[in-house]
Amino acid sequence: MSVGLPSYLAVAAALFTIGVFGIFVNRRNIIIVLMSIELILLAVNINFVAFSVFLHDVVGQIFAMFVLTVAAAEAAVGLAILVTFFRNRGDIAVDHANMMKG
Amino acid sequence: MGFDSAHLIALPELVLALGAILLLVVGAFLGKRSMAVVSGGSVIVLLFAAIAAGLGAKGVAFNGAFIADDASVFSKVAIYIASAVAIFLGERWLTRIGNAKFEYPVLVVLAALGMGMMVSAGDLISLYIGIELQSLALYVLCAFQRDDAKASESALKYFVLGALSSGLLLYGSSLIYGFAGSTHFADIAAAASHGSVSAGVIFGLVFLICGLAFKVSAAPFHMWTPDVYEGAPTPVAAFLAAAPKLAAMVLFARVLAQGFAHAIPEWSQVVTAVALISVTVGALGGLVQKNIKRLLAYSSIANIGYALLGLASGSQQGMQAMLMFMVLYMIDVTGFFACLLALYRKGEPMETLPSLAGLVRVRPGIAIALTILSLSVLGLPPLSGFWAKFYVFRAAVSTPGMGWQAVYGLVFSVAAAFYYLRMIKTMWFDEPIGETDVPPADARIVALGAAAFAFPLVMIGLAFLDPLTAAAAKAFGLA
Repeated sequence: MSVGLPSYLAVAAALFTIGVFGIFVNRRNIIIVLMSIELILLAVNINFVAFSVFLHDVVGQIFAMFVLTVAAAEAAVGLAILVTFFRNRGDIAVDHANMMKG
Repeated sequence: MGFDSAHLIALPELVLALGAILLLVVGAFLGKRSMAVVSGGSVIVLLFAAIAAGLGAKGVAFNGAFIADDASVFSKVAIYIASAVAIFLGERWLTRIGNAKFEYPVLVVLAALGMGMMVSAGDLISLYIGIELQSLALYVLCAFQRDDAKASESALKYFVLGALSSGLLLYGSSLIYGFAGSTHFADIAAAASHGSVSAGVIFGLVFLICGLAFKVSAAPFHMWTPDVYEGAPTPVAAFLAAAPKLAAMVLFARVLAQGFAHAIPEWSQVVTAVALISVTVGALGGLVQKNIKRLLAYSSIANIGYALLGLASGSQQGMQAMLMFMVLYMIDVTGFFACLLALYRKGEPMETLPSLAGLVRVRPGIAIALTILSLSVLGLPPLSGFWAKFYVFRAAVSTPGMGWQAVYGLVFSVAAAFYYLRMIKTMWFDEPIGETDVPPADARIVALGAAAFAFPLVMIGLAFLDPLTAAAAKAFGLA
């Protein structure tokens, strides 16, 4: 039994959509936003690896490695910014990030 | 593997990468007293990198992933100079407010390294690495005032929306890779040249354009810009408004022109739509702003719209217009933020429009510089902003089917003139509301220098910039 390329693309598209909605619909917690960002990047990685296998071309897997590495750095920077935000404000609710408007 | 031609082509990047690591070590060893040393060292590293870019070898390195041509050299020199100015302004400002940490210049050098990668990218992988290196450094710079609630909120917003835009860009890249079969711009263009461009590639291209539009803060992907400009430390906002925009625009141009040369009608209409929405949002959004930094954010959204209009014309002339526009705008906007750095009243920054009342009687030098810069950005001849818009509209008018878009842009540039004129009126005709602090020498020098460039030095500058931008535009390989 073999799973075709469209199935992989469908899973990646679903994960990507869940990630994007996680950023915009979620009103509670910024940690969930960080998780959604990771979800988006992992969806992209599924795309890359699936295409890489079906194209018989290794570049897609190399790209996926780069994405994984950068995602780790991005999470580190994001959590560091979140810590400064928490120290200044005392909570990390998305609704409370509203000092500036207009 | 020895030091071969690939390393010579990437010499500016090597200088910056090794320089940043070295400066980080120096800073860590010297501790608290290291700000002046590391800042001076960073400016020297940036100048060496600019010389290496200007005089260094041109060509394609690392299997086509890295391109050094006239366009990348021109933008790199501009980016490195803008970064050096940001270090100069930021070092003095951080010392004045007692937050002189040596990480600031190192982060600016790393951001400049990322921007250099962006303008030299010849492959979707190097594009992504360049953008992320630049963005990660900029997120941290926004949060540099760790005790400031506004700064950390702005950094958080910038981070979340920046990461989302990277996600969109990557998703687009993965689709382009899958349907075109390669990540090289040249191979993508070759795949598209046999007959029609596949729907999958177009779908990916739209995602890619959305991601890049976030990075240049074009509407409708602009919502982070006002908050980030307002919350970020002023020297960081000055940096954000100038160099990263140029780098992202050049990257935008390179992806579209070299990777999708056979799909110009497809991307041109998307870019035109984004350009016109940006011009509208920038002009109308700025009308209601009281905070000058937010006003500058809306002004930058509108100005990116004009630069995108040059890009949308999809011709060599359009690329030249875009480069010329971005460089002249960078100088104006740096001057604007330098004026804000110079204006303090009783130790508090004067960031609202009413606080500028009667400035010309209190601080005539800064007030006149602000007036010249405002008139320049609104496009009054013969100041530099007029010449920037002149190039863009000339390119748009000479492209078939872009006549009404040019007229639309012109109408909204008149609407945007209102908020610059209101600022000038506040400074010249309102009653002064008190003394201001003595402006620091560094901010005054940059402000007056930018105003002097806006007029009359621009006339000399144009004579040099015109052939340089023309040569750079040729490198994109459009007709």
